[in-house]
Amino acid sequence: MTKRSPAGRIDASADGQRIQSLVERHLDLPGALLPMLHAIQGEFGYVPENAVPVIAGALNLSRAEVHGVITFYHYFRQHPPGRHVVQVCRAEACQAVGAAALETHARKCLGIDFHETTADGTVTLEAVYCLGNCAVGPSLRVDDDIVGRVTPERFDAIVAELRVAGLRSEVTA
Amino acid sequence: MTIRLYVPIDSTALSLGADNVAKAIASEAAKRGIALELVRNGSRGAFWLEPMIEVQTPAGRMAYGPVQPKDVAALFDAGFTTGGSHALSLGLTDDIPYLKDQERLTSARIGITDPLSLDDYTAHGGFEGLKNALAMSGAQVIGEVTDSGLRGRGGAAFPTGIKWNTVLGATADRKYIVCNADEGDSGTFSDRMIMEGDPYCLIEGMTIAGIAVGATQGYIYLRSEYPHAFATLKEAIVRARAAGWLGQDIHGSGKAFELEVRLGAGAYICGEETSLLESLEGKRGIVRFKPPLPALQGLFGKPTVINNVISLASAPVILAKGGTFYRDFGMGRSRGTLPFQLAGNIKRGGLVEKAFGLTMNELIHDFGGGTLSGRPVRAVQVGGPLGAYIPESEFDVPLDYEEYAKRQAMIGHGGIVVFDDTVDMARMARYAMEFCAIESCGKCTPCRIGSTRGVEVIDRIVANEERGRNIALLQSLCDTMLNGSLCALGGMAPYPVLSALNHFPEDFGIAKSAAA
Repeated sequence: MTKRSPAGRIDASADGQRIQSLVERHLDLPGALLPMLHAIQGEFGYVPENAVPVIAGALNLSRAEVHGVITFYHYFRQHPPGRHVVQVCRAEACQAVGAAALETHARKCLGIDFHETTADGTVTLEAVYCLGNCAVGPSLRVDDDIVGRVTPERFDAIVAELRVAGLRSEVTA
Repeated sequence: MTIRLYVPIDSTALSLGADNVAKAIASEAAKRGIALELVRNGSRGAFWLEPMIEVQTPAGRMAYGPVQPKDVAALFDAGFTTGGSHALSLGLTDDIPYLKDQERLTSARIGITDPLSLDDYTAHGGFEGLKNALAMSGAQVIGEVTDSGLRGRGGAAFPTGIKWNTVLGATADRKYIVCNADEGDSGTFSDRMIMEGDPYCLIEGMTIAGIAVGATQGYIYLRSEYPHAFATLKEAIVRARAAGWLGQDIHGSGKAFELEVRLGAGAYICGEETSLLESLEGKRGIVRFKPPLPALQGLFGKPTVINNVISLASAPVILAKGGTFYRDFGMGRSRGTLPFQLAGNIKRGGLVEKAFGLTMNELIHDFGGGTLSGRPVRAVQVGGPLGAYIPESEFDVPLDYEEYAKRQAMIGHGGIVVFDDTVDMARMARYAMEFCAIESCGKCTPCRIGSTRGVEVIDRIVANEERGRNIALLQSLCDTMLNGSLCALGGMAPYPVLSALNHFPEDFGIAKSAAA
């Protein structure tokens, strides 16, 4: 995950230049739209609204078409996430070993629903439908790490660690 | 002699702490002044033993697991670097019954080699199939694949040789090989294990397909939920190209094949082949009408072979050992082997590659050891979220495409999700409809609307609102979805629903005799 400020907003003109350069870098790829969106979300943590006209212009698409693609895929987000994205697997194999209880615990412990971010900006909670870790569920994805055999206690420990790491980086910043 | 140790880098091993174990071993070895060569291999697939570390000894590789960082000092004290005995000793890896009793053809190298080492790959039979293919005509290569009896391992089980032959026969200025690595079915991870544990096998398989049908460009469409596989594949492609196994002149043959890995973006529907092609073209993953078949008008309108990871990764062994070698495994029209995946509430979960024809009882009891909870098995979902729930009375049916199809069930991609007797099957049926509603592409009405109505009807059944009438309505709705949907998402989501209702009516509040 790319590091970004908690609010996720940076100077608009600098943003524009970064978007432009990411779009140009992928322009020659056949079927370039998904790679472009991945690059932009990788950089900003989401696909900013002002990226849409830039992409549309470069690929000769309408803004509606670009918007349509962004909103079709669960992975792309249109708003900045928290410092960490925690995905809870809701699929059958994890359900067979207690995913429903873990999901309830996660919402309660964080005080948010799926697609929401904690008030301190630490965690965005998302649902995911299979992480391919089906023999050792229930599973989570924390940014790019997969975690198996997650109990409610383990979940609390992971979140506490993310919060402490957040505090530490604020102190050193 | 330097001691060679193996600590897996597979996602599941990592999810159980393999990186921390590797770090603990490295620092403990440094502290004790012991020189180690630490190899990060794929997983052998015995996931309940992960993190499972191995040490090379003159007698063979010795295994220890599951190892946590706190165990590392004691392992050194026990002399594990020379195969010393410890409470976590598992003996020789090759003698672990779970592994010894398998028939590994496609997944033969996973866990044994360093996934990114080309030397390891070639030392274990890698590129033999491709070398043979380079000396043959396209039709001869396809002849071997046809002879092998290989059928699409993504779930649809369409004969791979026929698909390739259609693309070979199509005339176009450009053809494509597309690998469907959007392994979205819950309970499946065999594609992931190949990509993380033996990526050159997939690269070799795709190159063989390219040479066979005359395609020079390949794409691997990988789901975004697999960050480790993405990193491994990208690096493997770079190394394969540098070594002349990809590019404009493959292994001095004058034949060209280029390969690129593309990331999906969290849409289950993109595992459907036409939706995947739309996504690869940079569009919403909306299902296409068929015909035209992708084999004739696929990616960017060109003839395209689109196959699952396991189908393509089976091509190397078929070309190396011959179609008849592969065909000699299996039963009926289900030839060869399938890497089954034991998942869910299972004591010994993991990868079990066996020839078709074994039974569910053998898989979940002999290999799997029953449930993790220790409670009785109640139901097993086979073939992902669109697969039927199988009751214990059918656990002796041989795992064969046709035998399962006869029972309105499917083997699919070989994922087996076990549930114990605490499962609420009405809740699982509701989830099947809910999942279909979340993931529907929205193109056809039975899937888009039917799935949402399905959730509502099941809720009414469970709440005992006009139960008899609503069960009839659910059956009628399922019939519409089965027969009226454009693709397998809406067309098969009724299987888990109806199988739950028929085999476990008591969970829906009706007497067993009153159902079906």
